[in-house]
Amino acid sequence: MIWTNAILQGLLVGGLYALLASGLSLVFGVMRIVNLGHGDFSILAAYLVLIVAGHSNLWLGTIAVLPIMALLGYALQRSLLNRALSLGVLSPLLITFAFSIILQNALLKIFSSDTRSIQTESLGSASLKITESISVGYLPLITFFVGVILTLTLHVFLTRTQLGRAMRATSDDPTAAELIGINNRHIYGLATGIGLFAAGIAGILFGMRTQFSPSLGPVALIFAFEAVIIGGLGSLWGTLVGGIVLGIGQSIGAQINPAFGVLAGHLVFITILLFKPQGLLSKQRGT
Amino acid sequence: MSNVIKRSSKFTYFTIPVFVIILIGLYVLPSKLDFSYQIKFVDLFVLIIIATMWNLLAGFGGLVSVGQQAFIGIGAYSLVFFTDLKGQSVIVAMVCAVIFSGLVAIPLSFIVFRLKGGYFAIGTWVLAEIIKLIIVQIQSLGGGAGISLGAFAEIGRADRIKMVYLLALAVSVVILLGTFLLMRSRLGLALTAIRDDATAAGTLGVNVSLAQRTVFVVVAMGFAAAGSLIALTNLRVQPDDIFSVNYSAIMIFIVVVGGLGTIEGPILGAILFFFLQERLRDYGSIYLIILGVVAILSVLLAPRGLWGLITRDKVSLFPTRYFISKKREG
Repeated sequence: MIWTNAILQGLLVGGLYALLASGLSLVFGVMRIVNLGHGDFSILAAYLVLIVAGHSNLWLGTIAVLPIMALLGYALQRSLLNRALSLGVLSPLLITFAFSIILQNALLKIFSSDTRSIQTESLGSASLKITESISVGYLPLITFFVGVILTLTLHVFLTRTQLGRAMRATSDDPTAAELIGINNRHIYGLATGIGLFAAGIAGILFGMRTQFSPSLGPVALIFAFEAVIIGGLGSLWGTLVGGIVLGIGQSIGAQINPAFGVLAGHLVFITILLFKPQGLLSKQRGT
Repeated sequence: MSNVIKRSSKFTYFTIPVFVIILIGLYVLPSKLDFSYQIKFVDLFVLIIIATMWNLLAGFGGLVSVGQQAFIGIGAYSLVFFTDLKGQSVIVAMVCAVIFSGLVAIPLSFIVFRLKGGYFAIGTWVLAEIIKLIIVQIQSLGGGAGISLGAFAEIGRADRIKMVYLLALAVSVVILLGTFLLMRSRLGLALTAIRDDATAAGTLGVNVSLAQRTVFVVVAMGFAAAGSLIALTNLRVQPDDIFSVNYSAIMIFIVVVGGLGTIEGPILGAILFFFLQERLRDYGSIYLIILGVVAILSVLLAPRGLWGLITRDKVSLFPTRYFISKKREG
């Protein structure tokens, strides 16, 4: 029974990893940039909610912070990253790494290294009892469904809307996309905007579930990255599956030995990388 | 008119005498200096080593990594292991640490080389985290609290620092000359070709994965040497410090600001960073924020770095590239 519970809890954590990973996956899919600051941006969102919610309602705070994240992403892409993209493959990587270092240390300076958490009153502790020994928290459940809904929304956006199709066209061939009147620089801005919006959702839910500190940014980035690789590059649904597999791996590892959880997740990642490097769900149409 | 291809510019002829004079100066320096200054020089040497190694990997080899602290940590821990736990002398332990790091890098390369570009960068970061997690589990290496180096217990402070100084100087010279010779070799040419276009290099007969794997392993050995020097200076190794991603931030800053893809750039960048660090150290986390901002500006506004700005790519003290000049005949 404890194993069923471990797998179930892992599955739900996987939803959070999928949320973290979807923004990373989308940005990479559209312009082949890996945002090394992705994890730090999600932690930034959690801190922003802490500030806004300190003055008003928590949900109002969340609603206020997410558009800020999207705007920040759009602005950074238009001002710095588009320019870096034109300088070669190395430059965007160096700049996003600088984002990571700047954000992490700025958060450290402002909020210190103390752990914080976003208070959700009753929601944080409430749980749904399934059997005598298995119960799931409402918050992990909500996180999981938000992960599924976000993946579904992105999928519909990329396959069914005009803008989504433009984004895929730019991804497939930027020069040809430009020829048929697509403004690549704008599209790239939107992609990073959506990426940070998703990072924001993940960071806020993360902050509601557990304690966080500025040093968690790289950890979040690494989990997101492992989810992307396990699932398979370029597949949004793969990223969701990858997040779930990583979550279950960590949860089973932690069940064996509490100190072994994160390491078990890394081992799952390495195993997949060595024996199925294209990921569990290989590239499919859509992203 | 015909084109003449040369490796050296006229500045190159100054390099050897100047290099020798600087070396002699640095060799006799410890007898003239207080040891608090000698330690600062060791810091500078370590900066030059890690920057030169990162530059070899990324600037020449095209492999951008943010996880080289993995090998700094392996070097530091191996040094403590071979001296204190196996009873070897410091120099033997350092050689063992370097070889061990190289051996570890071979299987690790098979994991991370499955990833390309940005994902390769995070992949190396994950490796550093995994190695840290494993070392924290090993109780004989001190676990999460870290371990102190006892090898120097019987040696006086002045002698110890002088020895570390000379070791650091020797390693720096080996690393710089080694990088220079490597870049002028067949492998160096192959690496440059791969960095510019891996597919094209492959069709011309370059064994892309072998060349990149070789450089990855060589660089891992260089980082281990730096790691053991750090352990020898600090006399203590702690997992969170020695595997800190801040090392990556520092080496990338030095190389990017100094000049990526040149041998001179990282040296210049390391000296610049050294003085910047002295001035900004007291500001704590602000100093890393400033580094980040300067690095972004440098990438966007001066992609060839300070060395490129100063020399406009016309001067080469350590010539690894070819210059084409027009020469009138007869």
